Amino acid sequence: MIEAHELTKIYDDFLAVDRVSLNVPAGTVLALLGPNGAGKTTSVRMLTSILEPTSGWARVAGYDVVREPAQVRGHVGVLTEQHGLYERMKALEYLDFFGKVYKLDAAERKRRTLSLMERFGLTFAMDKRLGEYSKGMKQKLALVRAMLHNPPVLLLDEPTSAMDPQSARQVRDAIIELLGDERTFLITTHNLTEAEELAHQIAIIRRGRIIASGTFAELARQVVGEPVMELRVAGELNGLAKDLSDMVRVEDSGRDWLRYRVADPQTTNPALIRRVHGLGIDVVTLAPVSQTLEQVYLQIMQEDEAKEGAYGDAR
Amino acid sequence: MATLAKPKRDTYHEAPGWRQTLANALLVTEREVKDSFRDWRILAPIIILTFLFPFLAQFVAGQFTDFVSDFGAEIIGERTIPFLLMIVGFFPISISLVIALETFVGEKERRSLEPLLSTPLTNTELYIGKTLSAMIPPLVASYGGMAVYLGSLVFGELAWRPQAMLVVQIILLTTVQALVMVTGAVVVSSQTTSTRAANLLASFIIIPMTLIIQGESAIMFFAPDAESANGIASLWWIIVAMLVVVVLLLRIGNSIFNREELLGRLIDQFNIKRMVTDLWQHVRWGDLKDRRVNVVAWYREGVGASLRRIGKAWGVTLIVFAVALVSGYLIGLYPDYQLQLPQDVELSDMTTNLEQASAFFFGERPVVISIFVQNWRILAGATVLAVFTFGISALLLTPLVYLVLGYLFSQIIAAGYNPLLFAPTVLTHGIVEIPIIILATAAALKLGAVVTRPPAGMTVGQGWSQTLGDTVRLWMGVILPGLLLAAFIETYVTPVVVRMVFGG
Repeated sequence: MIEAHELTKIYDDFLAVDRVSLNVPAGTVLALLGPNGAGKTTSVRMLTSILEPTSGWARVAGYDVVREPAQVRGHVGVLTEQHGLYERMKALEYLDFFGKVYKLDAAERKRRTLSLMERFGLTFAMDKRLGEYSKGMKQKLALVRAMLHNPPVLLLDEPTSAMDPQSARQVRDAIIELLGDERTFLITTHNLTEAEELAHQIAIIRRGRIIASGTFAELARQVVGEPVMELRVAGELNGLAKDLSDMVRVEDSGRDWLRYRVADPQTTNPALIRRVHGLGIDVVTLAPVSQTLEQVYLQIMQEDEAKEGAYGDAR
Repeated sequence: MATLAKPKRDTYHEAPGWRQTLANALLVTEREVKDSFRDWRILAPIIILTFLFPFLAQFVAGQFTDFVSDFGAEIIGERTIPFLLMIVGFFPISISLVIALETFVGEKERRSLEPLLSTPLTNTELYIGKTLSAMIPPLVASYGGMAVYLGSLVFGELAWRPQAMLVVQIILLTTVQALVMVTGAVVVSSQTTSTRAANLLASFIIIPMTLIIQGESAIMFFAPDAESANGIASLWWIIVAMLVVVVLLLRIGNSIFNREELLGRLIDQFNIKRMVTDLWQHVRWGDLKDRRVNVVAWYREGVGASLRRIGKAWGVTLIVFAVALVSGYLIGLYPDYQLQLPQDVELSDMTTNLEQASAFFFGERPVVISIFVQNWRILAGATVLAVFTFGISALLLTPLVYLVLGYLFSQIIAAGYNPLLFAPTVLTHGIVEIPIIILATAAALKLGAVVTRPPAGMTVGQGWSQTLGDTVRLWMGVILPGLLLAAFIETYVTPVVVRMVFGG
């Protein structure tokens, strides 16, 4: 649903996006992560046919972003970084205007508007002027606008940034629900917990370049290496780390716990538990040490910065 | 939540027909006009200027007419009435500038433009929609105000019976002035990211417009045909001229009002050093990137590419020069405009006369330098003016010389001389000079006009930078050396040829 090949954008002599390639199939959420000014918004604008790529190509919802811009814009829903509402209009009026722009007939406009307003808990404010909306309500209404024409592809820039936890939950649930219809989402966010929850794929962009991409598990493996397991026992270890050293690589240990890395937990862990039992030690818990997307993200960024520094020094 | 249905491919059009374009544009207009009428800062002046100001103007007209008639100067009072009609119409349309700046740059500033840019609406639809929305409320107020004023005059105490054509002219003037201001405001808005900066730049619109209004007022008072049933001739010319400006501004606006320009410009920064560096880079390297530059390559590829990029301006310039030459000749055929040249002059005397004329025009300075300076000054002036007039001045100033030449040619024939004798004095150096003048004019036209239609794939800024680079390159590589060579020929070769042909 979103395909991009070496998409590049240069403003005069500033390289904003550098050969970005993406492949996001239908029913998938891609989280595009990166620091401010990394090129996320420019990438989204190119995928929405708002900006023309300097080089490279992209197809969104089956349409070429350069040759078929109106089709692309008609088949994507965009939530921009700033909600950009017309504050003197009422919500119904506002959505009716965008519905007309997207060529929805009157009955469809009404039906979609009411259904989405209800979905996002905004029914009570339909007749209010948008200037009276709270920040979170504005954000939700902007999302309603993006989803109004039932687009197969949604490009959401910071979809929950201004929302309270309950509203953010509502939006995440809506995204999960919409995914069932084989929609494609591209989300840019600084909320890594949200990205971890929603995204099937993650791409990290820095200085216009994708520096890492894949599923969270793939990125974690790529950055942190093999999974780390933590074993907790009843009582003290009493040299257990040494007894297990031929099976696993113990990385750390305490009075009643130890951590080890393992390439194939499915086969190694049962054997390990049997051995610990055999040594007369009771196992309390054996669980993977969780790696957060934040850890992975920060590690990737640090490595890229270091690589860049080394490259700069070498030059 | 609705399930996903594959939308039909023909729902959105990449190149919609004019009906679709207008329908989509009117969607934008409708929204914007409604929005404008919700803003009391726009609504209040419109109401005041529509319903209160005309009565004030009518009162002033009555008082003024009574006052000047006491001194037997009724004509002043009579001519104040249409002037006030124009003012009654102009005040509301001055708001169009405010609305246009608000509609374009205000929306950009509030970031409400991007959601609109993300829709399938084309750039042209957005541009037309917004332009109409900036014009409709003030024009409605303007026409309303003028109707109230006219009604109060016609049916009131003054019982004024205006020349119908003058009223038509004033309505047309008001309309084209609104168009100029709105289309100008779009251009201004595109160069800024804040309303503050746009308001500052708007003085480029307000000041010329104020001068035009003053000029129109003076014409209404002093024109000898002020009472004509066909309207005042000079006002027709102003209307036509402003319509030309509107067409050019519309073209620029349509080029500038695109997603790339609107979102690509990040800051209102004016970096002279950067501009000079970029210009020099283009002049020096331009089409020779990543190549070793030498003079031969620079001429062959760099100057060659610049000459090719002049494109259609070549044809337009040649046509205008030909028209100027022929027009000059035709003007010279009218008996009223004919010079009575002496018919018994010896050709050898002409040589002496030419030498005396040369001494008169160029004085003590070396003649080569004088001729060179004279020519480059005219061409440089035309080029600079072309930048501010979309290239028009280039097509008005330099062809004037050819109008004169055509005229002189006709006078020589009329006086019974062989027209071929004209050739040695003009063509000897003209072989070099004429193509150079045509080239300089075409380059100036291109430089001025490029903003109305930038080259494919380029923004207006990029197109203009490239054309400026081409112009400088052509001046350095062809025009200045050519003018120097022509001046040299004119000084040292032309007199010899003239002496050979005419004797003396």
